[in-house]
Amino acid sequence: MLKDKDRIFQNLYNDLDSSIISSKKRGDWIKTKELVDNGRDWIINEIKESQLRGRGGAGFPTGLKWSFAPKEVGSRPHYLVINGDESEPGTCKDRDILRFEPHKLIEGCLLASYAVQAHVCYIYIRGEYFIDGQKLQTAIDEAYKENLIGKNAAGTGWDLDIYIHYGAGAYICGEETALLESIEGKKGQPRLKPPFPALIGLYGCPTIINNVETIAVVPTILRRGGKWFASLGREKNTGTKIFCISGNVNNPCNVEEEMNIPLKELIEFHAGGVVGGWENLQAVIPGGSSMPLIPKEKCETLTMDFDSLVAEKSGLGTAGIVVINNDQDIIKCMARIARFYKHESCGQCTPCREGSGWMWRMLERMARGEASKDEVDMLSDVTKQIEGHTICAFGEGSSWPVQGLLRHFKDEIKKRNKFDPIVKENKNIPYLVDQHLLDKNA
Amino acid sequence: MSLKRPAKDQPKNFEFNSSSLQAANAMVAKYPEGKKQSAVMALLYIAQKQNDNWIPLVAMKYIAKFLDMPYIKVYEVATFYSMYNLSPVGKYFVQVCTTTPCMIRGAGKLVEACKEKISENESQLSIDKNCSWVEVECLGACVNAPMMQINDEYYEDLDKNKTLKILDKILKGETPKPGSYRGRINNEPENNRKTLMDLKNA
Repeated sequence: MLKDKDRIFQNLYNDLDSSIISSKKRGDWIKTKELVDNGRDWIINEIKESQLRGRGGAGFPTGLKWSFAPKEVGSRPHYLVINGDESEPGTCKDRDILRFEPHKLIEGCLLASYAVQAHVCYIYIRGEYFIDGQKLQTAIDEAYKENLIGKNAAGTGWDLDIYIHYGAGAYICGEETALLESIEGKKGQPRLKPPFPALIGLYGCPTIINNVETIAVVPTILRRGGKWFASLGREKNTGTKIFCISGNVNNPCNVEEEMNIPLKELIEFHAGGVVGGWENLQAVIPGGSSMPLIPKEKCETLTMDFDSLVAEKSGLGTAGIVVINNDQDIIKCMARIARFYKHESCGQCTPCREGSGWMWRMLERMARGEASKDEVDMLSDVTKQIEGHTICAFGEGSSWPVQGLLRHFKDEIKKRNKFDPIVKENKNIPYLVDQHLLDKNA
Repeated sequence: MSLKRPAKDQPKNFEFNSSSLQAANAMVAKYPEGKKQSAVMALLYIAQKQNDNWIPLVAMKYIAKFLDMPYIKVYEVATFYSMYNLSPVGKYFVQVCTTTPCMIRGAGKLVEACKEKISENESQLSIDKNCSWVEVECLGACVNAPMMQINDEYYEDLDKNKTLKILDKILKGETPKPGSYRGRINNEPENNRKTLMDLKNA
């Protein structure tokens, strides 16, 4: 288990409070100027050395991302945008940072803004977190009052303004370019990449976008050194991470732990075990609803980090762990997730807009046992038509959980959906979606 | 994409009152010059708050003029995002999360409670027109499942009985206390905490 002194978010459960006085006692805002005085290159190098990877789901190396910002500020200003549109089912970590550790985030914003040469930072918070956003606003006001941000922020000579922008209930705005569209006052539909936001982002200006948790750990990394952060976890999967453990466990909770911690330890030790005992476990969604589920056998030995989950054909995502026990109907659980994606598809790309609804309707029928035998393969085909054929990663996000279900619970679906299609003699006529299969070279 | 329809009965006039106007100007000031359109989401919220929790079409036209942008662009935003109500939802707007993490912890029972207390169907006003309920997608409080949101506040760790009691209160016009209804502190593992114990006991 991670030692308490190595936990970055000491106030995760709000034992203390989120005010600036209390935050300073836990080490925030101490000698911020000295960190900045070390220079831009030092900051970026420390972050590179820490091997910090983005906490929003994709796990892109943060130091590398920052180095994509143009070295010289040209005619267009640079922007820093913080992604707090946390909407991935199973994930509720950013909310705790916003309400209980706001000063870690604000100080991180200053350090990151300096590193990427931004004078304006927008924090995008999902509209439902209005109360938590107000708590962050209180902290921002406190920081302005003490000159920690604003003109000559914290005596560093750097000017920084921080503004909150509320979303309004669209999951897709967690995608970075949809988020930029949303800040620009448009509907949140993702942009084609390239150009990447680091060169052409908000209002057409160079923009660096990071998750709330990524930015909130930056001050601590710079104070304790990139080496310290890299000493936790394992190579390329370093540091600590807030895990959200929800679903059929006895004590659902958020907990900050070391990367590469065994999944079983998180569930049994921190979350009080599976309801009905470990034997009653059916499957686990390891990283928010977009990540394919992992069946019980693999949960015994699985460790939680980016690369070990990729090896299991899943992913760490946001580290929102949803535990599903044997009392649940696994097909129904996945059908509900498919309904989520059908509801949240932005409608821009046809495969996703039509396919997400298609997957949902098929899964609902499969849960009721009303699908025919060959529809199982058809469902698999639909997921393949969506995956990789959309502008943004929502296509993968919606089809991967269904693929995970098919990979591990195909027998269960087949057992429940036995009958043959009514029109047997027409079986050679392929479904519309299958036509590419006829051409073996396609 | 969610399906949304503007209400049939629309008011004829709308304009910001003085406090809304002040808030709106403060919002516009957050964005660079010439980028007023960025404030459209915030202004829609302000209009919604001023107009008893919903946005009439005249308010969209008013905002379009206010921000110097085409009306259709405001309409596009208002219909794209699910948190803008285009028809009356009552003084108390109940949103029950039913996505998988809440579903497997019994969110269906919360929906039953809403049907019993408020109205038979989603988005249908209660008899006194003070309250309505709707099923929503993940509200981001999964370790406190099942949960629901009433106006801005979260009500967490619920079951059917607790929900019925909360709904009784709002139907009487009272505002129930937000937060966990199992008495646990925020997101800590209830009675099973293993970390940061020095701070807990301090």
